[in-house]
Amino acid sequence: MESRADIRKTYKLFIGGAFPRSESGRSYKVDDSKGAFLANAALASRKDARDAVLAARSAQPKWWDATAYNRGQILYRVAEMIEGRRGQFEDDVVSAEGVSRRKAASAVDAAIDRWVWYAGWADKIAQVLGSSNPVAGPYFNFSMPEPTGVVAAVAPQDSSLLGLVSVVAPIIVGGNTVIVVASQNRPLPAVTLAEVLATSDVPGGVVNILTGDYAEISPWLASHADVNALDLTGVGDAGLAKQLAVDAAVNVKRVLPPPRKAPDWFDDPGLDRIRAFVETTTVWHPIGV
Amino acid sequence: MNVALVDGVTASNSALRRFLHGLPGVDQVGADSRAAMLSTRSIKASAKEQAIDLAISMVDLTTLEGMDTPGKVRAMCAKALRPDPSSAGVPHVAAVCVYGDMAGIAREAVGDVLHVAAVATAFPSGRASLNVKLQDTRDAVLAGADEIDMVIDRGAFLAGRYLEVFEEIVAVKEACGSAHLKVIFETGELRTYDNVRRASWLAMLAGADFIKTSTGKVSPAATLPVTLILLEAVRDWHRQTGSLVGVKPAGGIRTAKDAIRYLVLVNETCGPTWLTPDLFRFGASTLLNDLLLQRQRMATGHYSGPDYVTID
Repeated sequence: MESRADIRKTYKLFIGGAFPRSESGRSYKVDDSKGAFLANAALASRKDARDAVLAARSAQPKWWDATAYNRGQILYRVAEMIEGRRGQFEDDVVSAEGVSRRKAASAVDAAIDRWVWYAGWADKIAQVLGSSNPVAGPYFNFSMPEPTGVVAAVAPQDSSLLGLVSVVAPIIVGGNTVIVVASQNRPLPAVTLAEVLATSDVPGGVVNILTGDYAEISPWLASHADVNALDLTGVGDAGLAKQLAVDAAVNVKRVLPPPRKAPDWFDDPGLDRIRAFVETTTVWHPIGV
Repeated sequence: MNVALVDGVTASNSALRRFLHGLPGVDQVGADSRAAMLSTRSIKASAKEQAIDLAISMVDLTTLEGMDTPGKVRAMCAKALRPDPSSAGVPHVAAVCVYGDMAGIAREAVGDVLHVAAVATAFPSGRASLNVKLQDTRDAVLAGADEIDMVIDRGAFLAGRYLEVFEEIVAVKEACGSAHLKVIFETGELRTYDNVRRASWLAMLAGADFIKTSTGKVSPAATLPVTLILLEAVRDWHRQTGSLVGVKPAGGIRTAKDAIRYLVLVNETCGPTWLTPDLFRFGASTLLNDLLLQRQRMATGHYSGPDYVTID
């Protein structure tokens, strides 16, 4: 049998449910953990970030209008599909992070479990973070969590799949939409996740994945007046993180600063990340009407 | 083309038909690719800043809905006068464009700072008797409109009754008095580029001050190639008669990028003479917001968002 031609891939971005090339036409080499060539990935520019914000903004109201139960079902379906492509994800994690196959398998397991766990929270956030408040008058008084809106996130640089999932899932489960900049040197699990999201029921624009140099893209996202919150988890450089937080002040974004010490993504995540991207709305309602 | 010649080609329907069908045909592929090629021009930095301000000053801010209220028209007029209150130096738009019954309210709101354009002649279909159309026009002018946007009778045009269309435009022009007349072709219903070129010449022969692509109610509305054909017609008309006719693409122009493409097209086809609100307008409602967002982006250095412009 003749030897087959290699299929060499140049991966693309994931914006608004489509896979565009970078507007700039640029791409960059992605190597595995030992420095051998793996693939080319798109090197996103500020204009790709701008397009992603537009897509996220237009998707957000509809995503929040879906019932919480429905959002949970859609997210659960994503977990099912990651399970279906587990082999590919394991390969991606092995080559990206240089871990053993067993370790990679446990990371993929944890990523799937994490996704299922957050999917389950979709219709429980309001019960746990909301309340009905006793007030001195003939009124009902409710506090309810509502999404912050469009969130820009920098995914962890080391944990290419589990870390990414742990950042993206809590943002979207609350009804937000997200623009996430994938790990710069380990973007391929994010690209595979994009392929999963594109064929799942998640509406286009709810998750937008950019690959490339986060130091180039994130300042534009931080200062963008149509972004409501910033998740700086993957920003390693403290100076840059501070500057991004300053830029974010332009429209008083919520900012989730980078963790003080490197998190163990296998740990129980708790509710902190969900809580970081919801706002509490309190309404008064006269009793008997 | 002198007066005698105009009289000659409009003497009868067959003479007019001979003239219009004698116009050179439009190379459809050529027009499309010329428009596509010009739309790849990149306009950056200070040229872009100028283009955005020029485009803002060329907007006919439009509301043509059945649900228009006096309050909505007044709000739109306030925006037309001062598109971005957060920034000094933003020019006002060229005109507001409303239905005839709102022309008085619009005139009261904008004073004599802006033009008030009213659509008339049974807009958007144009399906009414000549008497009704003329009265519609007179009403709008009386209410304070100084620009009238009329629609041609596409049925008559497509059936080849060119003289009927011609005479209707002449009659409406007369009813306008001193008001400027814009003639809307609804190019989406004319089917071919050849028809667009014929309609352009027909309207100019009848005395149009502006020729306008569409009502905005029919898709496709304004496109670059169609606007290119209109621009070529006014350029050739200027060469033959020395008089200047304006062009107004309307409908479907929503982004600053689109608007700048149109400006490139104008400059490349007719030259800088036409780069003025007196000779080129955008009929649009949402375009203005995008122009303002781009202007804010260039002024502040960061991207702006829909929270920083009005909801129309």
